Amino acid sequence: MSKIKEIRFKMISPEIIRKLSVMPVVTSEVYGPDAYPIDGGVMDPKLGIIDPGMRCQTCGGRIGECTGHFGHIEFARPVLNILYLPQIRLILTYTCHKCGALLADKTKLEQGIAPKKLKVMTTCPDCGAKQGKIKLEKPSTFVRDKHPLTPVEIREHFEKISDETANLIGIKGGRPEWFILTLLLVPPVTARPSITLESGDRSEDDLTHKLVDIIRINHRLADNLEIGAPDFIIEDLWELLQYHVTTYFNNEISSIPPARHRSGRSLKTLAQRLKSKDGRFRHNLTGKRVNYCARTVVSPDPNISLNDVGVPELVAKELTVPIKVTKNNINELKAHIKNGPDTHPGANYVTRPDGIRKKVINENKESILEELAPGHIVERHLIDGDITIFNRQPSLHRMSVMAHYAKIMPHKTFRLNLCVCKPYNADFDGDEMNLHVLQTAEARAEAEQLMLVEKNIRSPRFGGPIMGCDQDYISGAYQLTKIGTTFTKQQTAQILINADIIADLKKDTYTGKEIFSFAIPKGINLEYKANTCRKCETCKKKECEHDAYVIIEDGELKKGVIDTNSIAAFKGRIIDTIDMEKGHSQARLFLDQITKIITRTMMKQGFSISLDNLDTDKTTRTNIEKAIDKQLEVIEKQIEDYKKGKIDVSPGRTPEEALEDMIMIELWKITNMTQQIIDKTVDETNSAIIMARTGARGSIQNLAYMSGLVGQETIRGRRIFRGYTGRTLSHFKKGDLSPTSHGFVRSSFQKGIDPIEFFFEVMKGREGIMDSSLKTRVSGYMQRRLVSALQDIKVGEDYHVRDSSGTIIQFVPGEDCVDPAKSDRGYLDKQIMTKH
Amino acid sequence: MTEQLPGPYEKIDLKKKDKDMLKKRYKQIKYEVGEAVGVIAAQSISEPATQTTLRAYHSEGRTQLVTTKGLPRLIELFDARKIPKTPTMEIYLDKEHNNKEDARKIAAKIKETKLKHILKEDSIDLINLRIELVPDSTLLQNLDITTESIITLIKKSIKHINISCENEVIMIEIAQDKKPDFTISDLQSIRVRARNLFTKGIKGIEQAIVECENNQWIIKTLGSNLKRVLKMPGIDASRITSNNIFEVAKVLGIEAARNAIIKETITTMREQGVDTDVRHLLLVADAMTNDGTIQAIGRYGLAGQKSSVLSRANFEETVKHLTNAASGGEIDPLESVIENIIIGNIAPIGTGMIKLKVKD
Repeated sequence: MSKIKEIRFKMISPEIIRKLSVMPVVTSEVYGPDAYPIDGGVMDPKLGIIDPGMRCQTCGGRIGECTGHFGHIEFARPVLNILYLPQIRLILTYTCHKCGALLADKTKLEQGIAPKKLKVMTTCPDCGAKQGKIKLEKPSTFVRDKHPLTPVEIREHFEKISDETANLIGIKGGRPEWFILTLLLVPPVTARPSITLESGDRSEDDLTHKLVDIIRINHRLADNLEIGAPDFIIEDLWELLQYHVTTYFNNEISSIPPARHRSGRSLKTLAQRLKSKDGRFRHNLTGKRVNYCARTVVSPDPNISLNDVGVPELVAKELTVPIKVTKNNINELKAHIKNGPDTHPGANYVTRPDGIRKKVINENKESILEELAPGHIVERHLIDGDITIFNRQPSLHRMSVMAHYAKIMPHKTFRLNLCVCKPYNADFDGDEMNLHVLQTAEARAEAEQLMLVEKNIRSPRFGGPIMGCDQDYISGAYQLTKIGTTFTKQQTAQILINADIIADLKKDTYTGKEIFSFAIPKGINLEYKANTCRKCETCKKKECEHDAYVIIEDGELKKGVIDTNSIAAFKGRIIDTIDMEKGHSQARLFLDQITKIITRTMMKQGFSISLDNLDTDKTTRTNIEKAIDKQLEVIEKQIEDYKKGKIDVSPGRTPEEALEDMIMIELWKITNMTQQIIDKTVDETNSAIIMARTGARGSIQNLAYMSGLVGQETIRGRRIFRGYTGRTLSHFKKGDLSPTSHGFVRSSFQKGIDPIEFFFEVMKGREGIMDSSLKTRVSGYMQRRLVSALQDIKVGEDYHVRDSSGTIIQFVPGEDCVDPAKSDRGYLDKQIMTKH
Repeated sequence: MTEQLPGPYEKIDLKKKDKDMLKKRYKQIKYEVGEAVGVIAAQSISEPATQTTLRAYHSEGRTQLVTTKGLPRLIELFDARKIPKTPTMEIYLDKEHNNKEDARKIAAKIKETKLKHILKEDSIDLINLRIELVPDSTLLQNLDITTESIITLIKKSIKHINISCENEVIMIEIAQDKKPDFTISDLQSIRVRARNLFTKGIKGIEQAIVECENNQWIIKTLGSNLKRVLKMPGIDASRITSNNIFEVAKVLGIEAARNAIIKETITTMREQGVDTDVRHLLLVADAMTNDGTIQAIGRYGLAGQKSSVLSRANFEETVKHLTNAASGGEIDPLESVIENIIIGNIAPIGTGMIKLKVKD
């Protein structure tokens, strides 16, 4: 197969236009009375065909065979090509209008200095002609010393310029006079197909409309020139022609009103077809559509492996894998064909070595089976274990596209393991995902080696696991491994068999820690603080009374509870260590097994949250109230001081700002104190606190909101000042600076908040929504720019980081050649490094 | 590649066993040829930017200097804006001056003082048609300014006036030769000009506060002027930082600017609790400063200056790039990613760099 080596960009010359063109387009009429395109019109069948059943009058091809042919229009008077306006201006300024000589320092141009940076000579060095100043009068008229230049004059000027001069100015893709159009290439009909509406009317493409306009005005101009009409009529028509040609090329030029459709919609002409997100480049050339893909809603399945994806049978019957028949697999494939296209492990197509492709239907499967021989290609249904590519948009990082093994299942959704939600950022409130089936052995091998889920557990962003357990798995692991959890032999066996762990159970009872240890591979040694760590002043380590110091010896969980710091994404030390020391598939197996163990134990123990969890006892309540009152008094005093003018102002700040700062600090103290009180007094078995401490979900702050107080609502980091002049709501006096009138919510969610507090709360909520909706756009664009700027940078064959043109960006990638995607949080070995 | 471990590991004293283990691991975790480090760096920076809340403001425990943070700051850095929204400096002091009094003194010296900052009162006397300025004597003493120096300053900067001084009050009158054709509004405009006269300190430093971190006195400023501050006595010039990368490039050179970009980006991200490997930011900074100047990430910077026409046309300003390519007779060598996707080839990156023959 031949490969494109390079693409050369050039301007099109009138000669080439003539060569390309199969006919001059001369009439502005499009269809005749018989609804057949008129010869010499823009829809002439010589230019290609779009209606089925017709044949191209130029090449005789049918629809699909003939790609269309160009025509041309001959202008009565030349017009400027608006797209080349900057170039035209450049040449006008830097060449002599009398002899076409260069008006700038030749040697400097030869050194590669851009002409724009050079001085323009006022007299021609060759012929001595005085040069006028060139001005551009919008949209497309050039003026030299108050004398407007016609395209004819410009063209004559450009014809005098030598190739060498043009080259020096930077016009290397053709002759300067080609910027002024005498001929217009008419694109084939196939590039601007008309659509037949239901009513039978034809609706023409925007380009066709524009071409008709151009031909009509060109015709009128020609007629008027012939009869020798007065100059002003000619000039008007010429200008009109220029307008139509201009908008034909680009309909979004700021100084020109855009050409509009009858309905008022502006026309989509050549530039608009290429430009921006829905243009040819970004929509069709870089974004390509594919076959062998499926999209449906995703739902969770805790019973499948991290590497698997549950594929509905319906999808599996539609998506196929081409398999070449060999001696070894012929019987297998025969079984597929025997099943036909409608029963699951079936086949849809068979291609013979001579290239003939047959659809397998129940009627012909016998005959296909008979002639099936090695060398045929069978497109069989997707079956368990086939490698597929799974993706959720927006694809923000490379873990948004990963390879999974298919697992065919009933029902109509894709099923995925819960640990893989993090990298995809998926939840199950109606999210949809895409699945692609690979068609070549090369692609399958690459996907399996590089893109398989287990090989992406470690994120290249920070060198830690991006997959792991969250939410119920964490609180479940805590429940399982905390002191006092025991199971009988029978229960243990049930739990382990569900997790596919085969073990010789010798004891009568097993503790949760022991059960958990079954999943940890031998040879893992770890020692670290759990998330439940209370940050005591001196860490007692092994003797921790909260059981928050985790010790794992040779794969045995000796001490400590399992929580976020052990098995969650980002933080999970155990996942991290297994992946590093025992390999990707062991890490995957560990995740598969513990998730199953945890789901089983959760089924036995249960975990829930109720309103009782938010109740605070009387003393706690009064303590909180006291703390609030005390702080509010402090603030009141500050406000009084401010009113008396006694406030301490740091230089560069106004007294108002200083007061605000002080109030904010005091208010922040309220929330902080409440949190501390609740943190200290809350019951250890409180579900909310378990979730917060283990890191499963929520935080102490959330609990404080519910049972303590909501606290200060802020907008843009300040208290709330919006609303009426001098006050937030009409319930307050003007100039009131008290916390209550500026968004302080004293109540808790459990107690209920009053209407005014609710109003402030909602203001804050709205800010959050605004923020996130604006932010996604801004950061999306930042990502596009970053990727565009850096996408070509790669590690070269010589281990230097280079961009596409070969420029060295870094001599050693990352300065130490350590790939963060394989590193221990960016280090060779974090433990050794942090010790020293 | 050499058998050596990365620098920091060579320096530390390790047991033979550990060293061998590290060497073995180092071999395994090296970058591989063809790795698309650029894309990974870009994704590692922007993915957390979209996912987590990169807040621009945060309420708790804030200092008096409010600076741009979070996503807006990141974009500002990648855009390579000439002047950041909130330029700041951190000035460290040398050993002799590392105490509160000296820090305060230096801070006061650095801070830009305009005439209006040291005036107790200023007014227009409508009867005598003159401007009366009353300087704050305590402030004058603190800043080491005399009334005379103010007078000479005004004399030097504003023309056609007469200045006199009585009992600490500076009076400005219109000069005799200009008297016939002047109005009150002229007087008013002179007053405004006089008020904004630069009297003391370093231009551009709006605020200077003194803080103590780990027994180190630091002056944090709003506004940045490295060139002038570096000449101040008492400061530790080796540790001074500015967040204005263009200024850093101008004063200290491109290598310093590269370090400034890395420092600014990584602290912005760490501040928001985003854990990103430095190597990604190293790459971005290296790419931005590769040609000796600071280039932005965007249309007028890196993305707009690539050699490939199709790649540029695909990014932004499609038509402009295509027409320029045609008139300039440019050649697209199809060396990078996007062009190869456009024409349907395998892009020469990662496994696409290696050709594999499949045996039929």
